[in-house]
This record gives sequence, C-alpha cells and structure tokens, in this order.
Amino acid sequence: MIERIDSLRAEAESAIATAESTPALEELRVRYLGRKAELPNLLRGVAELPPEERGSVGRAANQARQALEQLIEQRTEELEAGELDARLAADRIDVTLPGEPPQPVGRQHPLTATWRELEDVFTGLGFMVVEGPEVETVHYNFDALNHGPTHPARDRSDTFYVADGRGRREGGDQLVLRTHTSPMQIRAMEAHPPPLYVIIPGRTYRRDQIDATHSPAFLQVEGLAVDEDITLADLKGTLLAFARGIFGEERDVRLRPHFFPFTEPSVEVDVSCFQCGGTGYLRDGSRCNLCKGEGWIEVLGAGEVDPNVYGYIDDDRYDPEKVQGFAWGMGIERIAMLKHGVTDLRLFYENDLRFLGQFG
Amino acid sequence: MRVPVEWLAEYADPGLPVSALEERLTMTGTKVEAVHHHGVDGLDRFVVGRVLEAARHPDADRLTVCSVDVGDGGPQQIVCGAPNVAAGQTVAVARPGAVMPDGATLGVAKLRGVESNGMILAEDELGIGTDHAGIIVLDDEELAPGTPLQGVLPIATDVLELEVTPNRPDCLGVYGVAREVHAATGAPLQPPPWAEDPGTPGPIAGVEVRVEASDLCPRFTARVFEDVKIGPSPAWLKARLMAAGQRPINNVVDITNYTMLLAGNPVHAFDLDRVAGGRLVVRRAREGEQITTLDDQVRRLDAEMLVIEDDAGPTSVAGIMGGERSEVHEGTTRVLMEVANWDGPNIHRTSQLLGLRSEASGRFEKGLAPEQAMEAQVVATRLMLELTGARLAPGTIDVGGEGPPPAVIRLRERRVAEILGRAIPRARQAEILRALQFGVEEADEGLDVAVPAFRRNDVYREADLIEEVARIDGLEKLPATLPARRGSAGRLTTHQRLRRRAVDALVGRGLYETFGWSFTEPGIADRLRLPDDDPRRRFVVLENPMSEDQSVLRTTLVGSLLDAARHNAARGTPDLALFESANVYRDTGERLPHEERSLGAILTGRLHPPSWGTAEPPRAGFFAAKALLGAALDAVRVRWEVEASTEPFLHPGRTARVLAGGEEVGWIGELHPLVARHWDLDHGAALFEIDLDRALGHADAVPRYVDLTSFPALRLDLAFTLPGDVPAATVLQTVRDAAGTLLADVRVFDLYHGAQVGEGRKSLALALSFRAPDRTLTDEDVAPLRDHIVAAVRDGLGGELRA
Repeated sequence: MIERIDSLRAEAESAIATAESTPALEELRVRYLGRKAELPNLLRGVAELPPEERGSVGRAANQARQALEQLIEQRTEELEAGELDARLAADRIDVTLPGEPPQPVGRQHPLTATWRELEDVFTGLGFMVVEGPEVETVHYNFDALNHGPTHPARDRSDTFYVADGRGRREGGDQLVLRTHTSPMQIRAMEAHPPPLYVIIPGRTYRRDQIDATHSPAFLQVEGLAVDEDITLADLKGTLLAFARGIFGEERDVRLRPHFFPFTEPSVEVDVSCFQCGGTGYLRDGSRCNLCKGEGWIEVLGAGEVDPNVYGYIDDDRYDPEKVQGFAWGMGIERIAMLKHGVTDLRLFYENDLRFLGQFG
Repeated sequence: MRVPVEWLAEYADPGLPVSALEERLTMTGTKVEAVHHHGVDGLDRFVVGRVLEAARHPDADRLTVCSVDVGDGGPQQIVCGAPNVAAGQTVAVARPGAVMPDGATLGVAKLRGVESNGMILAEDELGIGTDHAGIIVLDDEELAPGTPLQGVLPIATDVLELEVTPNRPDCLGVYGVAREVHAATGAPLQPPPWAEDPGTPGPIAGVEVRVEASDLCPRFTARVFEDVKIGPSPAWLKARLMAAGQRPINNVVDITNYTMLLAGNPVHAFDLDRVAGGRLVVRRAREGEQITTLDDQVRRLDAEMLVIEDDAGPTSVAGIMGGERSEVHEGTTRVLMEVANWDGPNIHRTSQLLGLRSEASGRFEKGLAPEQAMEAQVVATRLMLELTGARLAPGTIDVGGEGPPPAVIRLRERRVAEILGRAIPRARQAEILRALQFGVEEADEGLDVAVPAFRRNDVYREADLIEEVARIDGLEKLPATLPARRGSAGRLTTHQRLRRRAVDALVGRGLYETFGWSFTEPGIADRLRLPDDDPRRRFVVLENPMSEDQSVLRTTLVGSLLDAARHNAARGTPDLALFESANVYRDTGERLPHEERSLGAILTGRLHPPSWGTAEPPRAGFFAAKALLGAALDAVRVRWEVEASTEPFLHPGRTARVLAGGEEVGWIGELHPLVARHWDLDHGAALFEIDLDRALGHADAVPRYVDLTSFPALRLDLAFTLPGDVPAATVLQTVRDAAGTLLADVRVFDLYHGAQVGEGRKSLALALSFRAPDRTLTDEDVAPLRDHIVAAVRDGLGGELRA
C-alpha cells in the first residue's frame, strides 16, 4: 500500500513538474487529487485497513496529498507568472503615437509675457503696479508734465485728440489718447503721499504711420519713485537691476544726457548689447547688427522728476525742496523685440498663430 | 542738424578722431545720430594741375585731349569733356586711385580710343557745388601743380548728423555746436563770427520799418546793401553749404543760408527796389486775408497770424515763408537784409494751422533769443561786403532790441550731490559752467550763475544748472545705487494676481492670447446689428484718426476677436480658440470716457485637431464657450451663473447673460449667422465677453477653510422627467431649496430626450451629495430630504421621478 502511495506520488510529481499550462495543471489536480482520484480514495479507505497499518498508510497518503497540493500551487504560480508575462508581451502599443486625446497648448501673447516680466522685476525692486485711463485730459498728458504750450507732441499731427461733439472742452480739459503712461505719474502723486514707488504699464498712442518700428498704438511701462533722497545714481542702479533682470546678468547700462519736459536732469538709457557683449562686433569679426556696432542699445528715457511737475500736485508734501525722485518710460514692444529677435513690430498686432505659437 | 567737421573746426577744433568727438558729444547730450563722409576720398590723388596743352580729340568734337602738369611724374594726358577747358588754366585734377563722392574709384580710362590718366574736375563731381557746365578754374596762379587740392578747396569732410533736443535751439548753428564742443572737449573756442561788426547804428535813409505786433515780434533788424552783384558764391562757401545739406543758389541767397547755419537765426533778403515804398510793416493779418506764398499756394490767414507787408500789401507770412514779389533775382542790386525774432508759440500755431513748415519756422518755433538776430545780421553783413562787392548803407534798423538781462541763479554745492548721488567739487562746477559760457561768481554755499542769452529759455532754475554740470562732468561717473525704499513693499495687488490667474486658466485650456487694436471703425456697430440705443454705439470718436477704419475706440472686443479669427482662417487655420484681455471704451458724457478691462474669447471650428483616436473632434459651440468661461471664473472662485438672454449679434436661441455674484458681467453665445457672414466665418463661432474687473470683484480671493474630510459625503443620484422647457438651473434651484442645508452639491450629469420620456419632455439626471459638518450621514438622514426634493420637483415643475 505504501509502495502504491509512493509510486502515485512520484508519478504525479513528475507530471506536475512538466505541466505546461494552468489548464493542464488543473487536469492533473483533478486526476491525482480530485474526488474520483486514487489518492483521496486511499485516504478514505484507511478506516478499512487493519489497525496496525492505518497509521502509517494514513500518514503517507496525507503527506503525499499535501505535498502534491503544495507542488500544484507552486507550479500554478510559476505558470501564471509566465503566462502574464506572455500576455503583457503580446499586449504592446506603439508608444510613439501622439497623446490622446490631444491637449492643445495655449500661448500667452509675447507682449503679455514681457509686460509681466517687467512687472515682476520691478515689484521685486519695491514698486507697486498701478494703471490709469488711456483717454486722458490734456492737463494730465501735457500741461502737468511741464510740456510747453507749443511742444510739438501736442500737435494734431502727433497726438490723437478726442472729437468733442459737445464743444465745451478747452485747454487742459481737451481729451487725447495718452501719448505715454506718464500722466499716471501725476495721478499717482495726487492719490498717494510720498514715499511713492510705482510702475504704470499700459497702452499708449501716437499718430505714427505703422511700420516695422512704429505703431499708432503701443505699450509702455512708466516708473516713478519719489522719496526724500532719490538720486540720479539710484535711477542708474534701479535700471541696471532691470537690465540684468530682463537681458541677463552680464549687462551694463549707461546714461546719456537728453531732454524731456518732465525730468531734469534727463537721460536716455542704453543697455550694453547682449548679442555682441557690448563690443560692437560678433565672433566672426563682423559688425553686430543688433546694436549696429555701437555696443549699446537705447531702451528708454528717464530722469529726475522736474521740480515744476511737483508744482502741479495739490499736496504740499510734494515740495521739491523736501522730496525728489526719478521717473522713466520704456516701450514694451521694443523690449520684446530685443529679447526675442522680432524685427517687425506689426507682428505683435497681426495675431497670426504662426507667430503667436512661438512664444508665451 | 548736419554739421561739417571742417566748418566746426574753424571755431572749435578738438583735435580728436571723429569717433572720439562723436562719443564725447553723444555722452554730453548732443547725440550724434550718424557720421557721414561728404565729398571725396583718397585725398592724395586730388591735386592742383595746370593745363599745358589742350587739343581737339581726333574722334570726338566735344572732348579735349589735355596735357596737364600735376607736379610729379611729368605731364599727364587727360581727356576732358568740359567746353571751358583751355591751355594755361589752373585746374582741379583727380588722378587714378581717387575715390569720388559716390564711392567709385577712378582708374585709367580710354575715351574714344584716347587714354586719360585722370579727370579735370567740375564742382558737382567733387560734391562741392551743383555746377556741371564746366570745370573749376582756380583763379590763383600762384598755386603750384601737384599742390594737394584739400588745402585749396574743402573737398572732403566728415559731417556730424546731430540730434538737437528741443530745449537747445542754440545748437541749430555751427557756432552753437562749437560752444558745446569747447565745453565737452576743452578745445579752445574761437571768438564768434559776429565779434566784429562793420555796421553803424541809426536810421537808414529811405527805409522804414514799423512793428505793429511787438508782442509777437520781439526784435526786427534790417540793413541795406547797395551795388550788390548777384553771382555764384565762392567754392569754399558752396562746399560748406553742400556738406550741410543745402543747395547753393547765388551769393545773396547762399549768404542768408550760410548765416542761418552758422549763427542759428534765419535771415531773409529782400530786393529793396521791389519793396513798395521802402517800407515794411509787421502786423497781424486781417481775418480771412489771403496771401500767395513762394510755393505758389494761396493761404487764408486769421487775425493771430503775422504778415510783413509793404505799401503794395503783404509780402510774407512772417517767420515762415516769403513772397515772390520782393525776392532777390539776377538783376537785384539793392538788398534789404531782414533778421528778426518771432514769438515761438505764435509761429508754431500759424505753421500748424496753415500746414506750412519751413526751415525758418522750424527754428523760430523753438524760441530763439532776440540777441541771435543781431548776431546773424552782423555775420550776414560781413559776408555781403566780402562776397558780393556790396556797399553797406549807413544805419541799422533795430526794433525791439535785446532780451532781458541775464538771470542769476544760485547753485548750492550740496544740492548737486543730493540730486546726482555724487559730489562734484565747487571748482569743477564753476569750470564747467564757465566753459558753457555762463557767468560764475562765488556765493554762499555755492555759486551765483548768470545765464547767457542763448540759454535763457532752457536754464532758469537750480535744477537746470545741476543738469549742465552733470552732463559735462560725465554721467558715466555716477555710481549705481538703489533707493532706500522707506516703507515700500513691491507686490501685485490681490486683484492684479486674480486677473493673471483668470487669463492663465484660458491659456492653460489651450487658448491663444491676441492683442487687438483699440481703434476700430464706426461701421462695426451696424455689422454687429447693434440697435440705435445700444451703449456699444457710444463710441469715443477721434478728431484726427489715422484713417476712417481707425476713427473710434472699440466698445467691445468682439470685432477684434472676429478680425483675428478671420485673419487666421484665411491663412489655413480654421480651428481657433483665441482670447483677449484689454480695455474697451464708452463715451458716457462724464469728464473721462468709461474704460473697463474686458475679457473675451472666440472659438471656431473643431475644439482640437482630429487625431488617430478621435477622428471627429467636437466642434465649438455655446457649451464649449461656457465651459471655458467657467474655467476662468472657477479658477478665481467667482460664483457665477447664466440666464437665457439675447444679444443682437448672437444666435437668439443660444445666448446667455453671465451673472457673477448676482451682478450681470457679460454674455456667452453663438455668433448670429448674419454677423458670421461679415467675417467669412461660414461655420460659425462661439464667444463670450465679460467685464473682468467687475467679475473679479466677486472672487473669493482668500477662501476660508471648511472641513470636508472628517465626515464623508453621502451621494445620491436622481433622474426626473420634466417638461422640455424647464431650465436645468431652475431644477437645480428647486432641489437646493427643497433639500436644505445638508445638500452640499447638486449637478446635472445626464440629459435625455426620446420616446421613453414622452413628447415635449426630457429626462435630467442629477448627482447630489449630502454632508453634515458633525457626523456621518446615513440613509435614514437623507430619506426625508429625498422625499422633499421629489415632491418639490413634482409640485413645482411637473417633474416625475424616474424609476
């Protein structure tokens, strides 16, 4: 009897070891351990054996059954793992197909991107951002900014005037499309006592025929800092930080004397050319086309706030003997053009997706 | 302003390479826009020659074969085409290797078979005149052949093109620029060309000048020259005019131009014999008075414009343009030289109103000093005597005289440092100001500075002196420091951050941002079918637009968005999702027009490109636009809803007004087909536009914490059949009202029309979630609420719960 058990066990072990699939294994389980199989029947028949054999036969049969069950389980796991591998290997996709469903990528307009970059640089330098009306009075756009009565910027050839159907606006009350963001210097000072640190981004308008570098509508960022002791050297440091923030850490700035009605001293500010490193020449020895060989690129106008301007603020805390400050104005398109190598300003307003898709 | 360096050097010769002069002028405030080379190059190839022989060319009647002594290397054979060439003449010769003004290099040439070793020169070939009728014959026989021509004629000079800022009309003359060069470089400054006056004071016999508008004509000077011989100017003068960009005409006209370019003040020459009555009157024009100006235009004047008239009537628009009647001409022998000073604002006004600009008006309107008039008169006098053979009639008419005496301004030494952020010693301040021709005296705490007349309008305060000191001392010496920033913390306001977040949500959803023009055309109101009383017809109208197409400011972003869509659709991109965030403008009759920050978007075509997994992507429509607006508003936590509505340019059945916090802030809808047609958008479009700032006023910018995690929500789905015309929003509101405070959320997740729910009815499936702040809800808690809801929908809306 024991021999029979051993031979059944050996036979089954060999069959399990060589089974090639889980269905085949299931078949073996039924054959050797199923209800009608010999081994369980042997176990069930132990009771009918002579008492002296019952113990050893029962033990042997039980051990054989447990061993086989364990083997089957083990072999099942092995086969299942292999079968999963095979199934996964067959379940292959072309990973190079595009993502699905498509997720179109939106784009911020390059002018918005530059606008925000400027806001971020200057808020980091301690400035708040304020905005103001684009349709402005002559008072704020010219008079209070110390423009003489015949300043050419007031000409109808240069500035858009709002038609006055009601015919009751004269002098400083006439409306224009602001020619710069500077009127908000006055409005900001009227609204806030010193110290005042603000930048003013926004749309501005001049009667220029549109071409690669001019447009009747464009964007500016104004800056104004008024405190007890703001010097021209502070302007230089602030704009140096701007130049490095926008155009790179190696940049330098230079101030050139100039004239603006609402600053004194007035300067134009150049940034060292970031294409040729300020040398005026490219590596191949040719003249730098960005700065035209000058090594410097003009980016903005600035200066110390003209004392006359404070005279237009109805607040004696803005006394030019007590406070002083600086102001600047720069064109956002120009900064964006320099930064991205855009050669024609009109592209910004055409809204052609082939252009817009390259930025933002 | 074009300044020939050769001319400039007569008054201040910096002895610097032109690039160094350029740098120094630019860095002291007189920006050199460009440096041009005027005239010839290869100067050693231009020499004086003597024509030894001149013989007819064997094969060409008009050519002469000359033998010319050019100094070294023996006589050279040169073929000349000028009719006036003759043996014995001293001439200007270009030898092979010479570079002509157009950049061409002269070589040995064969003219009709005869070799020519150079060229005998005419004025225009050298760029020193316009005459091409004949060669230049140098009348100085002392000149040895081979003498460099550069020493004889100004045949080459660098020309500085200067940007003269409007505050510096004194730099509109060569001598004014010389003063700057002196201050900027230390080059010695020669005495001004008006230092010695050959004239005499007193009345002039037979000439009368009356200034009836002395407020607008601060100074009027005149001198008379007899026995004038009109003829060409000498080569040196023509050369300077040419280099400065003026065409020589004749000696008298050239003298007026030369004087203006040197001294800054325009000069006008009258033929005195044609000044009727020998009398000039400066007066305001009569309203509507007409005058024919030199350019042959009839000008209609008003009572604030000035004319100069003689006994026969007006001859010029004062300070702007003369009249033909009294111009000098070939036969002129008596010249009245007028040099005046005119009120800048008045000249500017007249020039603007007449649309008439001239070199003279451009200078006068900047405000010249009255002193400059007499300076120019003196320069003109000297040149007239020197160059025209004229005799100066005794006397000088001078009405008005000089301006006020110099202002004296205190410059506090410490103030320079306070404004600039860098101290400049008092002695250096004084040195700079003296170099700029200011009078300087020591004073308490600083200097007392007297302003020269030519800077009177520009320098009248301490700040102006500080600028003078700073610019000459050198701004490059300033340190780069940062402000102390007392009490200032730079940041974006909450509102500004919310704006960014809202538009970023759209970029994140795949939209492209556009920038449209603020300008539009008034006809857009009709194309958008706006009724007469629509506020979007209340345009801000420009008085002087660039064109009718840009004559008003936009009241809505719709036109710009449609323009951008059409632009791209016409270029092969019909599937578009665009937005713009910008101001729109409306005339409200208030002091300033209303401006608001608008956010608008347009969707056309497919929502995304077809793909291997989605052959037929969904197309843009109302709900796509609504979802995108929702993305923007939800991103900034604005509570919003919509109601069915209409807009004249939208599909009447597919339009909604947008409410934020109960306030109307904009609209969503599909484009009306009749409007779509105007923009060639045959497949329609869906749009929205909101007043962004007003919507953001309802944003929950700083959310308060609510405990949503301690106790789970209990979820429940309900489906109702309802009459087809009950809006989903009404159903949701009915549910909310019936459910009470335990209802945390309810939303529509399915809509079904069909036979199962009956004709004219629809099925809405709702997902509800209930939540209590203090316990986990059970089915028993929600069961009575469910019954309430079902009853409310049944009783209020005629809805039946679907099994």
